[in-house]
Amino acid sequence: MRAKGVFSRTVLVLGLVFLYVPILSMIVYSFNNSRLVTVWDGAHSPTLKWYGVLLSDGEVLDAAWLSVRVALCAATVSTILGTLAGTALARLGPFRGRSLLIGMTTAPIVMPEVISGLSLLLLFVALEQAIGWPRGMGALTITLAHISFCMAYVTVVIQSRLAGFDESLEEAAQDLGARPAKVFWRITLPLILPAVLAGWLLAFTLSWDDLVISQFVAGPGSSTLPMVIFSKVRLGVSPDVNALATLMVSVVASGVVVATVWMRHRQKRRERDMQLAAAANL
Amino acid sequence: MPSSEAPLRPPSEPRAKTALFARGALGRAGPRIQRFIRARQLIAGIPSLWLALFFLIPFLIVLEISFSEPRLAIPPYAPLIAWLHGWPVPHIHLSSYAELFTDPLYLRSYLYSIMVAAVSTLICLGLGYPMAYAIARAGEAWRTFLLMLIILPFWTSFLLRVYAWIGLLQNDGLINDVLLRLGLVHHPVTLLQTDFSLYIGIVYSYLPFMILPLYANLEKHDPALLEAAADLGARPLTAFLRVTLPQSLPGIAAGSLLVFIPAVGEYVIPTLLGRTDQIMIGRILSDEFFDNRNWPVASGVAILILLLLVVPIVLLQRVERRQLDAQPVEEAGA
Repeated sequence: MRAKGVFSRTVLVLGLVFLYVPILSMIVYSFNNSRLVTVWDGAHSPTLKWYGVLLSDGEVLDAAWLSVRVALCAATVSTILGTLAGTALARLGPFRGRSLLIGMTTAPIVMPEVISGLSLLLLFVALEQAIGWPRGMGALTITLAHISFCMAYVTVVIQSRLAGFDESLEEAAQDLGARPAKVFWRITLPLILPAVLAGWLLAFTLSWDDLVISQFVAGPGSSTLPMVIFSKVRLGVSPDVNALATLMVSVVASGVVVATVWMRHRQKRRERDMQLAAAANL
Repeated sequence: MPSSEAPLRPPSEPRAKTALFARGALGRAGPRIQRFIRARQLIAGIPSLWLALFFLIPFLIVLEISFSEPRLAIPPYAPLIAWLHGWPVPHIHLSSYAELFTDPLYLRSYLYSIMVAAVSTLICLGLGYPMAYAIARAGEAWRTFLLMLIILPFWTSFLLRVYAWIGLLQNDGLINDVLLRLGLVHHPVTLLQTDFSLYIGIVYSYLPFMILPLYANLEKHDPALLEAAADLGARPLTAFLRVTLPQSLPGIAAGSLLVFIPAVGEYVIPTLLGRTDQIMIGRILSDEFFDNRNWPVASGVAILILLLLVVPIVLLQRVERRQLDAQPVEEAGA
């Protein structure tokens, strides 16, 4: 037992090093003065030079703005759709089309992106030919495509959250005479609120991060941030991308840490409330 | 498609009554119950409609175009059904599939992609299993922290994390720098654009997908079983092989499928880190579409990848549904 514990712990530490060294190296080199990524120019570093270069790059800023708008829209709509789908799968019992809905919400998660991208573009082209909408490819088609794959993730998050609760609270409210809509707003939604928020954040991140599907459905005029980064790094390493990576990692890391702490806090409070309630009943 | 008269059979007692009402005597039922039924249909119907339009129908279009013929027009393919004197005439072409099966370029990259995905899955499993095991056996406080460390990279840009490896692996990169300074090599080793860098990139990107389902499985194991095995005289290794490993098979299956399926069609990692003389099938699809503007062949490639992945995808859904239905899933950072 001892030996095995040591082995798996060693692999865990090595694996975490493997996961974090590349991210740390980007952060460190974003403060390097030299254009060569690997040469540390000790005399002039650390410097914020590349952050300045990055923030005065109009192409990057335009693309980032487009990505933000797309991600806000896609995350919001996909959270609504995904919450509906997750509720349907976890709470409606068997209904016609349930297996189809399950299939359509799990498959997009693993589907190779080139296939999703190609099929969505062909759909948009066919739609435009048939009914004249959407007119050309751009922000609208990117958003529609993102909603479709993001809602699959949101569905899974909501569904597993709901599966963790039994229905007794909702049934109790119903027995006390609350209408279904009221049960949803007063009981179900507050219970799954952390999952709804987590789903929204996940959807935002996925949309913000997506390259391949966007590339298919973007059309010539519009480039999202990952598309601009991709065309930059295909030509080789460029230090301002390190600066961008550092900014994104710090935002995400602080967001995730805050969210985790907040959720644990909520969880603890709920457990305490339930204990108090149980104690009061005795 | 969930139709409007879908029979809804909720499991709980009070709702079963409402459903009876709905089926037998909808006309007599009060407007409140009718509204209730309509709401339930909307809950399942709206997302189903959306996914049918933006997920299911697109595949039918891909299938259709794979049987059409390329032409110089916008869009660059001939419609499957032509109208001749008012009659529909089907124009089904097998030319794109003929091209895919006769040109060895396609077959080779198809097989290469399967191999790369399979090997990456095995490496992820070999690395991810001990990691998931160690996290599942760690103390409560450690577990949350370690899980967060595993999930955190997943929230940061995939593209940028792959890009980071270019800086580490290139000839004047960090790894070669260290090797040279240690005197292990005298000339920089070519690491970038090799199978090695490709595997690094894929394993690096997909490792969390292996660890999380494995952890979710391993965490539920009852330690009493291992104690019982030890009491009965099993050595730790035997106990692991005969107790832990068989119990964790669903986790292994879920993790492996979550890595294998997307890895087959991977596009970004092989483009940035992979070989230039042997490209993967996802890249072929993209090149056919964007560079050659051959939409029928690109669609044919997509259909062939899907045929390969249909069985794994169905398997994955089985495994996941069983896990979701069997026990409540605790929120692992989600």
